[in-house]
Amino acid sequence: MFPELNNLLNATPDKVDQGKLTLLCDAKTDGSFLVHHFLSFYLKANCKVCFVALIQSFSHYNIVGQKLGVSLTTARERGQLVFFEGLRSSVDVFFRAKGEPHPLQFLREASAGNLQPLYEFVREALRPEDNGEAAWRCPVLLVDDLSVLLSLGMGAVAVLDFVHYCRATVCWKLQGNIVALVHDSGDTQDEENDILLNGLSHQSHLILRAEGLATGFCRDVHGQLRILWRRPLWHPAQRDRSLTYQYKIQDKTVSFFAKGMSPAVL
Amino acid sequence: MAAAAASGTSTGTRSTGSIAAAASKNNVTSFQRRGPRASSTDSGSSRLVSIAGTRPSVRNGQLLVSTGLPALDQLLGGGLAVGTVLLIEEDKYNIYSPLLFKYFLAEGIISGHTLLVASAKDEPAEILQDLPAPLLDDNCKREFDEGVSNHETSESNIKMKIAWRYQLLPKMEAGPVSSSRFGHYYDSSKKISQELLDASKCHGFFLPEKISSTLNVESCSLTHGYIQLLQFIQKIIYEEGFDGSNPQKKQKNILRIGIQNLGSPLWGDDVCCTENCDNSYSLTKFLYILRGLLRTSLSACIITMPTHLIQNKAIIARITNLSDTVVHLESFIGSERETNPLYKDYHGLIHIRQIPRLNNLICDVSDVKDLAFKLKRKLFTIEWVQDNYLRQERNIYPPGFSYLLKQKDSAWGEGSLQHSTFLMSFLAKATAFASRLVRHSKPLKQTGSGRIGQAAGPRLWRDGRRQEAPGLLAIPP
Repeated sequence: MFPELNNLLNATPDKVDQGKLTLLCDAKTDGSFLVHHFLSFYLKANCKVCFVALIQSFSHYNIVGQKLGVSLTTARERGQLVFFEGLRSSVDVFFRAKGEPHPLQFLREASAGNLQPLYEFVREALRPEDNGEAAWRCPVLLVDDLSVLLSLGMGAVAVLDFVHYCRATVCWKLQGNIVALVHDSGDTQDEENDILLNGLSHQSHLILRAEGLATGFCRDVHGQLRILWRRPLWHPAQRDRSLTYQYKIQDKTVSFFAKGMSPAVL
Repeated sequence: MAAAAASGTSTGTRSTGSIAAAASKNNVTSFQRRGPRASSTDSGSSRLVSIAGTRPSVRNGQLLVSTGLPALDQLLGGGLAVGTVLLIEEDKYNIYSPLLFKYFLAEGIISGHTLLVASAKDEPAEILQDLPAPLLDDNCKREFDEGVSNHETSESNIKMKIAWRYQLLPKMEAGPVSSSRFGHYYDSSKKISQELLDASKCHGFFLPEKISSTLNVESCSLTHGYIQLLQFIQKIIYEEGFDGSNPQKKQKNILRIGIQNLGSPLWGDDVCCTENCDNSYSLTKFLYILRGLLRTSLSACIITMPTHLIQNKAIIARITNLSDTVVHLESFIGSERETNPLYKDYHGLIHIRQIPRLNNLICDVSDVKDLAFKLKRKLFTIEWVQDNYLRQERNIYPPGFSYLLKQKDSAWGEGSLQHSTFLMSFLAKATAFASRLVRHSKPLKQTGSGRIGQAAGPRLWRDGRRQEAPGLLAIPP
């Protein structure tokens, strides 16, 4: 959790919005620091988190989490975190004999599969406990990242359907949040990815877009972050407010500053 | 991830736990040196990691192996992390990328790692026969000096150059370090000795053999050759205990996997032939599952891929996202850069496209961006392109200045007295000019007694702004 980003987003772990879809997007840079931010943020906010990690292993997230002040191992033991490790599961599903359905079942199927098993997994993971008293605040689904599903042979429409189902369940029924990362393919003409990104931008409440600098590599400024709120018309705050900040990623935190105001320049 | 062992945290994977347990058993004191020297083979019992040819990363605690090219190791943040994929994007005629492939394998043989060579074109046994010979401690110094003396000026000469332009440049590690056990230099003019080959343990995967032997094709979305290869790798990893699940009785070891020309038509993949092919996801799926295999085992993988052949650019972007480290070789052969005087000393450019972020928010990006490689008679070297003029024009100097410098350079020679005098005077002039610009553009407010304002005449000081240039008095209407 980066305090400076919390300030920009006007959020604290004590005050969590509910029922929101947040889209993280990165173009020509790596936006994974945003995923780490939201993971530690929701764990600190005492939310029940289902983390679908498709791109890195558990230990990576765990070690970074420790730098940000949360322990994924203990969160998993307490039942606060349900961690789905895509890399490990893909090996399992590929090399074992056919048997019970698996969230990544489509990896084995010759025809275009669907993401229903993965949705079932998410629904099971975030289902409220029956005994009435709520141990965790609200459920959160975190996906890193959705573009991998496209690489694994799913169509953009199937992924959009998956997000739609998750929204209906997590955001609406359970009053929780969804945070998903999608790469922006930029000028590579990845049509599927563009469909996915545009479709998600259309329905998300908050878009955080990390971009590499147009002028190229810089040691002191790692990129810029655009924040776009999409709020209803009657909302008191300024409508469709878009903000741009530049950032520098440090060892344990990320510092944000206005464009061109890097401490190294001034 | 198995490679996280060196960080000493118990992270829950079984293999990590076993290494950490072994390490804690050996540790008597809680103080230990965590330097790059902690990896040597003849280690005492109190070393954290005792696998030959590896060292823990200073940055993130990952276990690193050498790519077989110390200069490249340095660019990648110390080496290639165990459990990750290094993707080499081949140069157009596939001349230089096999060298990197062979260095990686040869380094494995020298370090005593187990090899797994997969190819669809050459027999793995032939590839092994062609590996270059290492420049070992006793004779490497001589070999290297010989290679260096004819093109590089001596150290004292460098000192004489105009200091502030060149002293700050990062120095590339150019020569072999005689005592290092991590990373060796190789002599590409000699073959590796047969004894070393016999002593090493190697598994070969030659696609034509495997295709003919088995034909029970399971209906799956992957190309048949990829399924075969994945099953082969998984079998080796499982049987030889690289996944840490069945504890190795003997010394722990690293599996080095090399896959040649992945994605080429010989692998039965048609991403190189058409833009919209049916199984365009084979390659990305294969990479994903391979990465899953690597992350749960003590192995490192190098893949060379002819990305310039892949028709659909979207697939290349996805492949990059699914690999850890991506290095692109661009040779000058056949391009107009071959005749560019700037590049006359080099054979091609090397682009570091991606460096993984492991256990960290940031990655080890080297500040040096313009890198070129050169294949000398024996050594493959990576150097910083001497593109001073362009680079510095971008960064420091006022525009046009470096062009002037270049002209003066040719007349006077760098480092000469005239040269530096010119430099200083130009900079002084430029500064003075810039400050004058600033002074003129700011609105002037009359302060004080106003005597100066009266003396300058009424027209110049109207509305608090100067309207004409100073000294040019306008003719009254």
